[in-house]
Amino acid sequence: MSRINLNHKHPMDAYLRTDRIPHIWCPGCGIGTVLEVFLTGLLKSGLALDKVVIVSGIGCTGRVAGYIKLDSFHTTHGRALPFATGLKLANPELKVVVFSGDGDLFSIGGNHFIHAARRNVDMTVLCVNNFTYGMTGGQAAPTTPLTARSTTSPYGNYEQPFNIPYLAAASGAVYVARWTAVHVRRLETSITEALLKKGFSLVEAISPCPTVYGRMNRQPTGLDHMKYYRENSIIKHDADPREVDIEQNGKIIVGKFVDIERPTFSDIQAQVLGKTFGAEAVATGAKRK
Amino acid sequence: MARKHLTGEFFMNGDIACAEGAISAGCRFFAGYPITPATEIAERMAERMPEVGGTFIQMEDEIASMAAILGASWAGAKSMTATSGPGFSLMMENIGLGIMMEAPCVVTDVQRAGPSTGLPTLVAQGDMMQARWGSHGCYSIIALSPSSAQEMYELTIRAFNLSEKYRLPVLLMADEAVAHMTEKVTIPPPEEIELYTRRKPDVPPQKYLPYLPGADLVPAMAIAGEGYGFHTTGLTHDEKGYPVMTAEEQEKLIRRLVEKIEVNKDDIIEYEEQGTEDAEVVVCSYGVSARISKFAVERARQEGIKAGMLKLVTVWPFPEGRIKRLAKKVKAFVVPEINCGQISLEVERCAGGAAKTIPVPHMGGSVHHPDTILDAIRKAAR
Repeated sequence: MSRINLNHKHPMDAYLRTDRIPHIWCPGCGIGTVLEVFLTGLLKSGLALDKVVIVSGIGCTGRVAGYIKLDSFHTTHGRALPFATGLKLANPELKVVVFSGDGDLFSIGGNHFIHAARRNVDMTVLCVNNFTYGMTGGQAAPTTPLTARSTTSPYGNYEQPFNIPYLAAASGAVYVARWTAVHVRRLETSITEALLKKGFSLVEAISPCPTVYGRMNRQPTGLDHMKYYRENSIIKHDADPREVDIEQNGKIIVGKFVDIERPTFSDIQAQVLGKTFGAEAVATGAKRK
Repeated sequence: MARKHLTGEFFMNGDIACAEGAISAGCRFFAGYPITPATEIAERMAERMPEVGGTFIQMEDEIASMAAILGASWAGAKSMTATSGPGFSLMMENIGLGIMMEAPCVVTDVQRAGPSTGLPTLVAQGDMMQARWGSHGCYSIIALSPSSAQEMYELTIRAFNLSEKYRLPVLLMADEAVAHMTEKVTIPPPEEIELYTRRKPDVPPQKYLPYLPGADLVPAMAIAGEGYGFHTTGLTHDEKGYPVMTAEEQEKLIRRLVEKIEVNKDDIIEYEEQGTEDAEVVVCSYGVSARISKFAVERARQEGIKAGMLKLVTVWPFPEGRIKRLAKKVKAFVVPEINCGQISLEVERCAGGAAKTIPVPHMGGSVHHPDTILDAIRKAAR
């Protein structure tokens, strides 16, 4: 039965810190899938990799920063976005990607999320949404569907969850898409589009957590999750973000929901400061020392 | 015409002087959130950053402000935030991240009376122990204490230099009285200001170890976007910057983070003395309290009391050696401070029973009356 060759090279090895493998993720977890899709989407974008920086918060997805062989920052819980804002504004040449989980970005980091989207800081946020706090053992998250069980909602969740695309769109994101770990090619396309989109872009990747979330919600294997996603996802581009709520055992509406143009933080900053200091002076901005 | 670096004599308050010190030091990124009595620093930076080609951003809170200056630091900018007690409390977690990632930056805390909302517009010095220990875990920190608008200017520059040299957030522990005091500030021409910038790696990316310490125990710092492909984390990590969850790595890393301050403390610690050669009573104070103490010491001398003054410029690391040596020859230390006695405990510990320590606590809202300090000196001299 030894069909797995551990010496076999992964096609993405050149972009991974292979000296840190094996990774910490459980069998059946979707984060590895999303990571590979991200790297594929990043390579397709044609962006200069030396200028791409990865910022993560804390949690299972937060560990992504430690596996990607680029300048990468594993910050504090919920604070990836303001850290990323500092990186981007101090050096506008950087392409800043925040790669983190639903609890990190939308619970403890929720305030930072709405403000980063409002400012339309030019960065891409990739949120792996597994509906739970995996690292700490499966507690309820602000994304946990109503009635779903978790270790802190043992009788079923009675808190209304966030609808992430709606929150992002309402806060000002210029690009919003949602896919699941089953939709690898579509997810890849959205990641490439988001990376090339000027402004604050968000891609939500719904992803299995069989070990803690699935175990408590009758999807004990990664395959159970994947089957569920395949059978229950409805692709609906341009769906009204208000109507893409996720219900326990319900349908999952996926697709590209928002793709609009809006001046970024730096665009407006240059315009406003340009009136006083001259367009030329502002364009070179942080590079002037 | 945009003003770049100001040079000359100015009549300005401590907050403004702090902002100008930051500009002189090369600070080109400021993130902050409005809070009395530090708001003027943010306002000044909002006006001045665009003039010098820097970036100002008002963040959604102090947590975000602290996170943003760490990000900016890794992008290569000299970065700063300024706040007061409630905001300082919120910054604690990311100050710890700055310690762990070794990210140079400056945090000014203009202290007001607490706890909680306390007396938002009135003076105190109650955050001195928070400055030392406020973030969780064990670490060393550098904190400076200015006593005048001129020192707000000069010590802000020093804070940047120390942060760049030793790679950590450096705290400027100001107080409302000094920050809102308007007096003469002399700003030298830029070429007369000594600046220090972080040591960059001198090896190619493949050979770069982000946390390999130099002889001074400080690692060379790559910045984002220059092809080094480095990783940094708030987790306990090895010289590669990779997380290692063992007691051995914790021992190694935390010892180094503490020792890089310890072995360089002669370069870091600054204090000023007056009349300590023959003093029997030494008043040890800092910030605005040091000014009032100085007045009380002069009065005591006029009364024939052999009083001296030890003004702390660097509060952390604490000038333990100096206190120990003085303790052998003086009768007592008098420690006036606007809190219930934080630094006095430190003086007492260092004196080690060789000399008495007399705290002169004051809960905040105003500065000490000089007579209160003078009375304490008289009692100590008896």
